[in-house]
Amino acid sequence: MTGFARRLWALLRKEWIQMWGDPLTLRLILALPLLQLVLYGFAINTNPKNLPTGIIAAGYSKYERDLVAALQNTGYFNVRTLHSEQEGEQGLVEGKLLFVINIPADFDRSVDRGDVPSVLMDADATDPSAVGNAMSALGSLTSTLNRDLPPTVQTQIRSPPFQFVIHARYNPEQLTVLNVLPGLICLVLIFSTLFLTTLSIAKERERGTMENLLATPVRPVELMIAKIVPYVFIGYLQVVLILVVSTLLFALPMRGSLLLLMLALGLFIISNLALGLTFSSVATNQMQAQQMAQFTLMPSFILSGFFFPFSGMPQWAQWVGELLPTTHIIRVVRGILLKGSSFDQIVNDLWPIALFALGAIIVSVTFYRETLD
Amino acid sequence: MTNLAIDVTGLSKSFGTSKVVDSLDLQVAEGEICGFLGANGSGKTTTIRLLSGLLKPDAGRGQCIGYDILKQTDQIRREIGYMTQKFSYYEDLTVYENLYLVAGIYEIGQPQAAIAKVVSDLGLAPYVKKLAGTLSGGWKQRLALAACVLHRPKLLLLDEPTAGVDVKARREFWDLLHDMAADGITVLVSTHYMDEAARCKRIVYLANGHIVVQGDPVSLAAGSGLITFEIKTANIDALAHEARQRVGIEAAAVFGPLLHVTGSKRDILEASLHELAPEGWQEVEPTLEDVFIHLLATGGSG
Ligand SMILES: Nc1ncnc2c1ncn2[C@@H]1O[C@H](COP(=O)(O)OP(=O)(O)OP(=O)(O)O)[C@@H](O)[C@H]1O
Ligand SMILES: [Mg+2]
Repeated sequence: MTGFARRLWALLRKEWIQMWGDPLTLRLILALPLLQLVLYGFAINTNPKNLPTGIIAAGYSKYERDLVAALQNTGYFNVRTLHSEQEGEQGLVEGKLLFVINIPADFDRSVDRGDVPSVLMDADATDPSAVGNAMSALGSLTSTLNRDLPPTVQTQIRSPPFQFVIHARYNPEQLTVLNVLPGLICLVLIFSTLFLTTLSIAKERERGTMENLLATPVRPVELMIAKIVPYVFIGYLQVVLILVVSTLLFALPMRGSLLLLMLALGLFIISNLALGLTFSSVATNQMQAQQMAQFTLMPSFILSGFFFPFSGMPQWAQWVGELLPTTHIIRVVRGILLKGSSFDQIVNDLWPIALFALGAIIVSVTFYRETLD
Repeated sequence: MTNLAIDVTGLSKSFGTSKVVDSLDLQVAEGEICGFLGANGSGKTTTIRLLSGLLKPDAGRGQCIGYDILKQTDQIRREIGYMTQKFSYYEDLTVYENLYLVAGIYEIGQPQAAIAKVVSDLGLAPYVKKLAGTLSGGWKQRLALAACVLHRPKLLLLDEPTAGVDVKARREFWDLLHDMAADGITVLVSTHYMDEAARCKRIVYLANGHIVVQGDPVSLAAGSGLITFEIKTANIDALAHEARQRVGIEAAAVFGPLLHVTGSKRDILEASLHELAPEGWQEVEPTLEDVFIHLLATGGSG
């Protein structure tokens, strides 16, 4: 064995012993995701507005304008015109659209004739809390065309001039837990990777064991890898635990590739670990390190679309959210788990995570202190 | 001429605006036990960290066991053993696991054999399976020493290795140091204990980051140029307090029923004593402790 491997192995052994020697932490690591699963699974109720909505009209329709205006007036929908069904489908898969409204051919004539035509609406129900209120608002919309209707139809109106047919996609039963789950996986990972690595290195500094390690032939890279590996292991263990329990308890659909999911999560784990290493190099004690990690955790909770539906947030918050790897990984995990997204469909959310990870690695290596200065 | 295990000149280190080590020159011969003394905050730990490559000096140069302290810190780390002032092994690992970690870090060929030897040399055998955190202070220090010498370093840098350790354990610890020195290992050891200072081949006394006096313990005490008087009195604490206010008495220290007053000018010292202790006094040879108390009291200015 080379010196590198010898030392790395010795350090890994030590981390391993320390990890299993602390039953409390270990139990927490395993209990935490389950507790959160239960807590967040049932406790979210929000009322987001201005949800991205696409509208496709098969032909020219004068009533379409009335309908769009009425939709906008509810405040829930932010409507733009689409040019093809394909565009709508892609928007839904990528999460750029939450609703796609399809106005059938001959809509105007059918309404005028009093045929009560159907307007098909595809809704992304991945996050039921995001679209629930919007969908209930639809009920009152069918009377909006009245003003423009020909007098013959207006007088005989008994039934609404048209009806919405809503097709809830991805999460047809609209289980909140299915939406929370991907976010939960990501946040638990932040905790076990970012938090625990940060603490673990800060602990070495605080207890003075770092001084000892720095005075030995241990190289920074060896110490970093030894610190990272156990937490990658724990991270994946938690993911598997959550996936298994959710499949059993909530019938979680696994629509995409498990391998793709694990690889994408690996990228996310790396970005967190690099961030954790940076924090622990800057912090001088466990308290500071913990505060820095919390400072990152907070926006990751609030601005990533985990707590509050992303499309319901104000513009500035969405911009900040786009900078967080958590926002992107939540989209990726939702996509793979619930929508069966392929690599091509998530790549737009993968590269920001990769970019973030790269940046964090560069910063952490620059900041790593080889001396006590 | 003997070879030098440590040979540095002009070593300086500041933290912010305070100069903690101030153009320090230090030479330690191979196989020597060199005692490092000085008040709290005088820069002992910082100097040891500079020597071990843990801190980068602002100025100065030199070598440690033949390696440049600025450029060859990797080799230095491999061949020295550094025992930190604070216990710095893993309390949640057993004694054996700690030693095994160290063996791995230093790429020791036969770890089991090396650990077995150091464990028996230091009498750690009954404790190998205990968590380091459950050991008493003295045994923790033994573990730290064992971990420092496991890879057979040429130079030991020990920072207050016996702080908080009982007399018997301290004596045994120093017996071990002398055994190691006999094997050719150089030891630089910082301490606040006079009995330990007396067991050093050479003493270096630090104040404000530079060396005030150095030499072997016997001639240091004898050649200090100080005058010490011994007073025997009932009301000793009050007398000591009063003595410290008098001109000419540069240091006063209580030794059981005796008070030692020390100064560098005989006439002023005696004048003060006439008022202070009319019952009488007696001149004694200044002990090493009198010398250091004097150094501490006068801030090392001599
Ligand atoms: N990393 C640091 N940052 C700022 N100041 C420091 C640092 N390390 C030491 N000091 C300061 O440098 C001075 C010398 O400290 P040092 O630890 O070298 O003294 P010491 O002689 O070992 O003292 P003691 O006998 O108490 O161990 C102290 O005033 C201390 O506060
Ligand atoms: Mg010190």
